[in-house]
Amino acid sequence: MKPIIDLINVDKSFGDVKALKGVSAQIMEGEFFSLLGPSGCGKTTLLRTIAGFEDLTGGVVLIDGKDMEGVLPNNRPANMVFQSYAIFPHLNVGENVAFGLRRKQLSLSEKSEKVKEALDMVGLEGYENRAAHTLSGGQRQRVALARALILRPRVLLLDEPLSALDKKLREQMQTELRRLQRQVGITFILVTHDQEEALIMSDRIAVMFDGQIAQLDSPFDLYTRPKNREVANFIGIMNFLPGSASQAKKGFLDVTVPGLGEITISEDQAPAGVNGTQVGIRPEMLTILLDAEQTSDRETPGKVLEIDYYGDMSYYSVAVEGVTDPLSVSMRNTAGRKALNKDDKIRIGWSSESLILLD
Amino acid sequence: MKSGKLLTSFVWLYLIFLYLPVILLPLFAFNTGKIIAFPLKGFGFQWFYELAKIEALHTAVFTSLKIAIITSILATTLGMFASRAATRFSFPGKGPIMGLIMVPLVLPEIIVAVSLIVVLIKVLGLGLSIWTIILGHVLICVPFSIAILNGAFRSLDKSLEEASIDLGETKWSTFRLITLPLVMPGIISSLLISFVISLDEFIIAFFLTGSEPTLSVYIWGMLRFPARIPAVMALGTIMLVVSLLLLTASEYFRRRGLKRTGVQDTGGFV
Ligand SMILES: Nc1ncnc2c1ncn2[C@@H]1O[C@H](COP(=O)(O)OP(=O)(O)OP(=O)(O)O)[C@@H](O)[C@H]1O
Ligand SMILES: [Mg+2]
Repeated sequence: MKPIIDLINVDKSFGDVKALKGVSAQIMEGEFFSLLGPSGCGKTTLLRTIAGFEDLTGGVVLIDGKDMEGVLPNNRPANMVFQSYAIFPHLNVGENVAFGLRRKQLSLSEKSEKVKEALDMVGLEGYENRAAHTLSGGQRQRVALARALILRPRVLLLDEPLSALDKKLREQMQTELRRLQRQVGITFILVTHDQEEALIMSDRIAVMFDGQIAQLDSPFDLYTRPKNREVANFIGIMNFLPGSASQAKKGFLDVTVPGLGEITISEDQAPAGVNGTQVGIRPEMLTILLDAEQTSDRETPGKVLEIDYYGDMSYYSVAVEGVTDPLSVSMRNTAGRKALNKDDKIRIGWSSESLILLD
Repeated sequence: MKSGKLLTSFVWLYLIFLYLPVILLPLFAFNTGKIIAFPLKGFGFQWFYELAKIEALHTAVFTSLKIAIITSILATTLGMFASRAATRFSFPGKGPIMGLIMVPLVLPEIIVAVSLIVVLIKVLGLGLSIWTIILGHVLICVPFSIAILNGAFRSLDKSLEEASIDLGETKWSTFRLITLPLVMPGIISSLLISFVISLDEFIIAFFLTGSEPTLSVYIWGMLRFPARIPAVMALGTIMLVVSLLLLTASEYFRRRGLKRTGVQDTGGFV
């Protein structure tokens, strides 16, 4: 795989506001790439610098190895799906989708063939003559997609394309978007602040905070091996405990955690290296051992403080001696499982493989 | 409800005071009597026939139309540049500059007229012509045009233009294909308001008029001859009908434009 977009030390300031601070990343050809981060962290700005709507304050954007400095948006092999969809209200669906073909030397029948093809692709067969304002949110989103894809760009840029849709439709569009991307083989760069959406859809995710990329990894690595507390907290829930590490035998670290004791972990569990100061463990990596027969690799006694019921899951807040903050433990509510009550004395089971050491 | 009744009667009183004089206009225009007084004499079109016979009036109408058309086009074009700049770009001194452009909105017209006369005749040494009136009218129409077009440009989603550029169009073709059609209701509204303002304007026209009087100046002249007053009434009636037709047409087009673009109707001037 070769990189299609190369961001090298990209800086962007709006007056005193530094929206991007030295962003570097490579986006591979045919990849589904996501930019994930809280509001105001610079996701839209980064997408717009790739599209060519913002001049850089510093750094370089390469597309296909070519420096994009001074190249206008209409001459870049990237198209954008805007957060508001930007459907032209005075044109009908067919005219909207055909808009990008205006400058192509095509006959009328070739154009309408292409429009039909693009609309078929997004599941809007026969919508050519519908007025733009009669479309629902999901349909507008599909028209915007068809309009951008009809030009067969090398890169499709999507700015929170699903955030305006309701939950059901959003989930349906997530799968469809992923299927579409595989089908057309175009590189997708998706901006989202929804971690679940990013995990489901992406090949790789760049987590951004405050104008910088905090971590760029596959969804699996991002979830299981977050580099620091900020990333870990943004993606899913994680329990943090203070810890200190020292080098054990080759490839392993000895970690001391008050309340849990001495633990040996492999180096691969320490994404930030031996200098990490926190130990993290996800709630689903902890189990509540209900009776004496159930045992685990490691066990720690505790007391149930609070129970949050989510239907398929329950989250338990468990106090453990020697640990300042109560630990969050999640369990599936499977058939026949004994119900727990507040103040129950229980044992928490865990395994040293589930721990990570991070900054 | 008591306060409801009070309000209703207030509204009716207001409407009567507002429109009573206007209703009197056609009443006396179709009255065959020579003086403006009750009781009415009879019904007839004689004052309209008389209008048709006054040669100088026709010239005045033609002059006024010429001035109003040129004024509305110039004011709307300038207003478009200014409101476009004001809504899309930020530049140093934007606030004060926009403020200065809007000042003629509240400046007494007599001041505009007198200062223009001083500048044109004393400083530049130019003569008075319909172009001096147009200059004055453009000056007072531009703020109205900006006020209307600002709204149109502001409600235009910036990403629509960006999407067009992203899809391969240039800045200029984007303006023609996207921006212009979407702000067209505002442009029509601005053209119309400027046209009506220029047509009705008296003070500037009176001060800056050269050898060709405008309609308003001509009417003022006619008022000095009591015999002409019924004819003035007839003229007023025609202007009333024309204005109403123009406003209705503009409202029709404005609504049709909004319906096509699917924008929420937030009410126009009428
Ligand atoms: N045109 C602009 N002028 C001034 N500041 C801007 C401009 N665009 C963005 N910013 C600032 O840059 C920072 C990053 O904005 P950006 O829109 O990229 O955030 P985002 O990650 O897309 O947020 P959101 O999830 O809310 O869309 C913010 O502090 C924002 O206020
Ligand atoms: Mg954004």
